[in-house]
Amino acid sequence: MDVNEKAKQLLEAGTVQAVAGFQTGTRGVRRPVFLRRAEDTGRMVFDPGCRQNLAQYATRTPVKRLGRLALTLRPSGIRALLQLMAERQIQEPDVLALAVDPDGQVTELATAEAMEAHLALTADPIPAEDQALMDRLDRMTRAERWAFWRNELSRCIKCYACRSSCPMCYCGQCTMDCNRPQWVPPPSHGLGNLEYHMVRAMHLAGRCVRCGDCGRACPVGIPIHLLTFHTEAAVQAQFGQRAGASAKLDYALSTFRPDDQETFIR
Amino acid sequence: MANLYQLSSTSLDALFAALRADGRRILAPTDRDGHSELNPVQTPADVARDCMQTTLSAKGAVFPKVEQLLGYRLAPGQVQLADPERRAEPTVLFGIRPCEAAGFQALDAVFNWDTRDAFFNARMANLAVIAMSCTRSDEACFCTSVGGGPGATGGSDILLTPTAGGYLAEVLSDRGRAIQALAPELFSPAPADAHKADLLAQVPVAFDQPALTAKLPALFDSPLWEEQSLRCLGCGACAFVCPTCVCFDIQEEGDKQGGRRLRTWDACGFSQFTLHASGHNPRPTQAARWRQRVYHKFSIYPDRYGQLGCVGCGKCTRACPVDMNLREHLLQASQAQR
Amino acid sequence: MSDTNASNLYLPHLMRIAAITDEAPGVRTFRLEFVDPAAADAFSYHTGQFGLYSAFGEGESTFCIASSPTRKGYIECTFREVGRVTAGLADKEVGDIVGFRGPYGNTFPIEDWQGRNLLFITGGIALPPLRSVICNCLDLREQFGDITIVYGARTVNDLVYKAELQAWQERPDVNLVLTVDPGGEAPGWTGKVGFVPPVVEQLAPSPDHTIALVCGPPIMIKLTMPILARLGFAPSSIFTTLENRMKCGLGKCGRCNTGKSYVCKDGPVYTLEQLGQLPAEY
Repeated sequence: MDVNEKAKQLLEAGTVQAVAGFQTGTRGVRRPVFLRRAEDTGRMVFDPGCRQNLAQYATRTPVKRLGRLALTLRPSGIRALLQLMAERQIQEPDVLALAVDPDGQVTELATAEAMEAHLALTADPIPAEDQALMDRLDRMTRAERWAFWRNELSRCIKCYACRSSCPMCYCGQCTMDCNRPQWVPPPSHGLGNLEYHMVRAMHLAGRCVRCGDCGRACPVGIPIHLLTFHTEAAVQAQFGQRAGASAKLDYALSTFRPDDQETFIR
Repeated sequence: MANLYQLSSTSLDALFAALRADGRRILAPTDRDGHSELNPVQTPADVARDCMQTTLSAKGAVFPKVEQLLGYRLAPGQVQLADPERRAEPTVLFGIRPCEAAGFQALDAVFNWDTRDAFFNARMANLAVIAMSCTRSDEACFCTSVGGGPGATGGSDILLTPTAGGYLAEVLSDRGRAIQALAPELFSPAPADAHKADLLAQVPVAFDQPALTAKLPALFDSPLWEEQSLRCLGCGACAFVCPTCVCFDIQEEGDKQGGRRLRTWDACGFSQFTLHASGHNPRPTQAARWRQRVYHKFSIYPDRYGQLGCVGCGKCTRACPVDMNLREHLLQASQAQR
Repeated sequence: MSDTNASNLYLPHLMRIAAITDEAPGVRTFRLEFVDPAAADAFSYHTGQFGLYSAFGEGESTFCIASSPTRKGYIECTFREVGRVTAGLADKEVGDIVGFRGPYGNTFPIEDWQGRNLLFITGGIALPPLRSVICNCLDLREQFGDITIVYGARTVNDLVYKAELQAWQERPDVNLVLTVDPGGEAPGWTGKVGFVPPVVEQLAPSPDHTIALVCGPPIMIKLTMPILARLGFAPSSIFTTLENRMKCGLGKCGRCNTGKSYVCKDGPVYTLEQLGQLPAEY
């Protein structure tokens, strides 16, 4: 069954009150759409152009108000739902994941268990061009890497499209919005840009589900997703934990075990 | 037409050289990994070949994303204020589009309404605009619906229109004439049969803007705004790339020894924009904030400044991560029953 | 035509804190004097106007000018410590320097109110903007008819301008009605006990030749306006003053835009009739 038929079936049966999917927008881009009536489901599409992680709408009030939500998702979107459940931001009954395979066929995943099992069977490597740039960055010296990011981040305009598009950036009051104390300078100058992105990369360490939405959202084309991809990979390497693998989580950076290695502070 | 000339494509080298010899920096669209932005250029060879529009607008030349308004030094019982020098490097914007040039008129309307903003005016006084007419457009463009057009002259000092072998050049202002005077030999009279309109992109009118502006007060409580903004992420991309958006924040950076006050870009789409210290927020929903964007540009600007706060460039639509297509939304609003 | 030397609208006047009064828990009044005597001489304003006050190092905050324009040589502002800037101001001592930009905004048209009765209805920390008008009118007492002030706060301690209230209480040409919320009385309290709206209803002021000025927390305004309407007050003779988040004060930054109005330029003083034309986004 494809996304259109599945969405129609779900809405007709009242299983969900809204389906978050994609439709074709301006200049052929795919954009989010929220179907509430079965007769509108004809306009849904799901193809390689549908890259966005719709899971980020699961925590947004205007969408939550629509009722129980089904979402057409790539593997990164399913990881996002599991991570949001692990962080107690959504509950299993609130959402219905619709995993779409390369043939456009839909698998309904109603429970965290089902989502975890599905992910275990689905390969989802980092896109080749992102991997290539990550490898290139890894081969740089620290000085070269610093220069790369200083140069990229100088173009940042602090529009916060990256933060706004990230499913893990759901905080009602972001650290950036706090002015007592003013942790990070709001203006878009060198320090203001650098500190914002450094803080965000750290706040997403081990939480980034590698959807790449932040990099796609950036209007000036900064590959900002690579920063959070990197910190997530670092947590995986150091703690063996993958973001979005499970709805049960003892977050590596806030969990302490008696056998933790503490050589870095000796 | 009295001020219509032609320039050959090869004469741009000499024009750029003359501008640089006159001590002006030239900002023009340059290519970078599929994005085009305004950057300093030396010669026409540096200019992007095939850029329909840059992502960011030209407003940064007169309204930078960060600007120092004042500085101060502190000592017990003492404050010494420093009024910053109005630094304004003589600048020529080359190759921006007629929609972006029109944006300067909207910026001027705000910065010089009632009181005059010294920082904006210092930069405008040192700016000249050589715009380039559009020979193509895309689905995001709607300049012709808001009083503009692919060959509109508002806000430009010289408007070039590509033609066989070079450009038609309209010299439109004193600043344009001053540029022409730097290299008058480059400007030959336009051929008698030069017809600019034939060279321009076709941009059909998408909606009746005056009718929409008249209708907006009645639409204030419409459920339309919630529906349109369901997918809006509440970021500032649309406002920041917009040639006319001018809402700003004032931020303080300092300590016990001294500090500075900075003006920075801000956006009505941010949830904090109208938030009171008490916690009360007059626009607590994204729907209210999206509505404000539309009303500010299409209802409040005409009322207060006698012109629209939108030039139909479509940059917001292209920059938006979720394709909030302004033209589409406005068309829908103009058709809304309630 | 070069504007490169045009004046910088964002440069504040330097003001020395001449006196500090602790009005109520968390609420304080500053009396400010211009550091530059020439600026002091050149300065004038009208009642209802506001300014942006700087705590250097923290930022600017918007308060009304709470003193009367009839008193020369100083201005006063009253604020509650609620955020970064007001915390910075609350830290200051007599002799410290703060900044002031203004006067901004429109004014209460007291020149149009000759011979009229004036009815002030206010609560808590909303008295400061009206205190400027009250003091202005009291300095020109013979120009106005009856002056009635209804002022309430949560508790006796929360009443601001306690010394002024005492002075107004003692004047035979002012009818001051003070009230505190039920449970807010203290031993020896001789004022009323009750919320401001029912106190106004009980008082039943006449609308004849009367201008009403109402300023208070949203709930007080919401409940008081229908009472005034029932009493026969026309919307064009009820005045209020709005508070919005502001940054520039000049009608440029866009933050205080509400409907077709910029509160910093077209306000903050509005009649109820004008307020009715604004969307409920304030």
